[in-house]
Amino acid sequence: MKPADVPEIVAKTIKKGEIVERLLYLDPSTGKRVELENEVPYYRRQMRLILGNNSRIDPADIRDYIALDGYEALRRVLESGKPRSVIETIKKSGLRGRGGGGFPAGIKWETARGAKGRKRFVICNADEGDPGAFMDRSICEGNPHSVIEGIVIGAYAVGAHEGFIYVRNEYPLAVEALTIALEQARECGLLGGDILGSGFSFDISISRGGGAFVCGESTALMASLEGRPGEPRAKYIHTVEKGLWEQPTVLNNVETWANVPKIILGGAAWYTGIGTGDVSDDPWGGSKGTKIFSLVGKVANTGLVEVPMGTTLREIVFDIGGGVPKGKKFKAVQTGGPSGGCLPESLLDLPVDFDALTDAGSMMGSGGMIVMDEDTCMVDVARYFIDFLKDESCGKCLPCREGLRALLDILDRIVAGRGKRGDIALLEEISEGIAATSLCALGGSAPNPVLTTIRYFRDEYEAHINRKKCPAGVCKPLLRFRVVPERCTGCRACFKACPAACIAGKAKEIHAIDETKCIRCGACFDACRFEAIAR
Amino acid sequence: MSGTASTRTIREALFPGRPGGAMPASGGVSDERAVQRILERHGRMASQIIAVLQDLQALRQYLPEADLRLISRELDVPLTRLYAIATFYKAFRLVPRGRHEISLCTGTACHVRGAMRVKDAIERELKIAAGGTTSDMRFSFETVRCLGCCGQAPVMMIDGELLSRLDHLTVGKALEKYK
Repeated sequence: MKPADVPEIVAKTIKKGEIVERLLYLDPSTGKRVELENEVPYYRRQMRLILGNNSRIDPADIRDYIALDGYEALRRVLESGKPRSVIETIKKSGLRGRGGGGFPAGIKWETARGAKGRKRFVICNADEGDPGAFMDRSICEGNPHSVIEGIVIGAYAVGAHEGFIYVRNEYPLAVEALTIALEQARECGLLGGDILGSGFSFDISISRGGGAFVCGESTALMASLEGRPGEPRAKYIHTVEKGLWEQPTVLNNVETWANVPKIILGGAAWYTGIGTGDVSDDPWGGSKGTKIFSLVGKVANTGLVEVPMGTTLREIVFDIGGGVPKGKKFKAVQTGGPSGGCLPESLLDLPVDFDALTDAGSMMGSGGMIVMDEDTCMVDVARYFIDFLKDESCGKCLPCREGLRALLDILDRIVAGRGKRGDIALLEEISEGIAATSLCALGGSAPNPVLTTIRYFRDEYEAHINRKKCPAGVCKPLLRFRVVPERCTGCRACFKACPAACIAGKAKEIHAIDETKCIRCGACFDACRFEAIAR
Repeated sequence: MSGTASTRTIREALFPGRPGGAMPASGGVSDERAVQRILERHGRMASQIIAVLQDLQALRQYLPEADLRLISRELDVPLTRLYAIATFYKAFRLVPRGRHEISLCTGTACHVRGAMRVKDAIERELKIAAGGTTSDMRFSFETVRCLGCCGQAPVMMIDGELLSRLDHLTVGKALEKYK
């Protein structure tokens, strides 16, 4: 839609209630126009419990949220006056932490409530550090009150009077939306002293992170809140017992908190009807509710996708995401953030929940889902994640600090064409060591990208090491660009695109690349419309 | 370890390339007042150091040595601790920046959609490596991990403005309007 379409929309749709046919969404799979949003395949298969209201409310106006049953859950909870029954409901619902760990929220709350301390704290982790994930940002910006309501309910349940939202510094809009929402909630008596006349007092302050991935780890986040570098500590004593300022602390992430009001309003029985497994005896027995995934990468429809737990990867990537664009072949989907894993086509029918993903060597993480196609090199992807994690390792414990560096050295060698026999086994051995002996979950899961790419894409490693080839055409030192004479039309597109001026050729004559000057940037490959550049 | 030696080491680490002589002037009273206001805003609490440094950087675009020394004195926090925080968190910088700041996202979605080629193209265009500043102070260029705009990958931010669906063939042109 363009600004030029507005007069027609006003004239037809707004004045006469007619549909402007040519502006309707065109379903690429059927070739038909779609009239209603919920008939678009991308939305039809979703279940937008958490995200649904984002498009219906103005995040800067609390009345919008209240009009859609906002703060009704809190009112009910405060009116009942039974914090323990809130914990019971959350336990029965089977709600597990959406930040990555999948720890049952109800158990966390119960332990914190029972723990000894001068005070108790609740924290909302909005330090969405996973590259490729932006669901928490979207909730904070689009429906901040749903998060705040969840936090207040949680605080009431565990008996906390102070709360913190730890937001990424890179998300200025989220900070703004939350700040406005907190002010409005205070004005309405939903935060502060004597909330809704219940006698319960609680307030929330916002802390901005400083751009450190490790601060998503609970103890590191708390160190950061205390004004220190965000280094994790060993968790012999859990943070629910001794967390922020050594006091019992409940930490859940944005999406987890946003689920809380829904569960209170709908009831645990309704909530357990969505998802997989059975949580009636064991809160670890299944994955309940919906999960938001950030579906990005080489996929036609990118964006946030909210589906019931247990939806298969195939449904998410192909039915909702519309598959891989430009006729390319699907290669892998990466889940779980930097320390998650890459899952191949053979696992597309895997139902996505906490346990199935872990069994496959990956993890749920916070819900990043990055689709990769035939042009993605899996060794390069592994190198990318290890490079990221090496940068983000806080350096406190040796296995993570030195182990990741060692992995990166080997991967650097492999992508540069200097891989040696035995490198794969060495990668595996170091990976096991890091996973087994690191202090926190960052190191504990850091080798996942290496291990899953070896497990599912060993042939690519072998091609790099043994044949010095990058099958996907990504690893620059292994590429040789050359002109395919039979296809070259002499159009000079590559000549114009080449930043190194290493392509010779007059118009209508076959071009040639000077290998000695080529910087392997791939500009010619992408500029050529006749597939006349080979690599 | 003698006192002078350790001071020198810290200074060199903090402000590479600056000779370890006398401290430069702190930059006048009005500057100091701005820092004091930031300290007041955060209740002069050592636990709020990260927020203080964030506000200071928003004010100055980086963390100047004189201001850090002032904060260290005022909050009674050793300069080394400020240094630890300033170097641990990616958001902080200890050297001045160019007039325009380019942050190229190298998050996973951007990576698989060709961010590294865009990076190479920008480096060629500006003749600096990522993390550097052009000698005319026109641009500072850095790579960041995920701006959270993964649906429009690859993306970069210039002076807070988002440029999306970048292409290594055309990114050089996009920089021309920033003088």
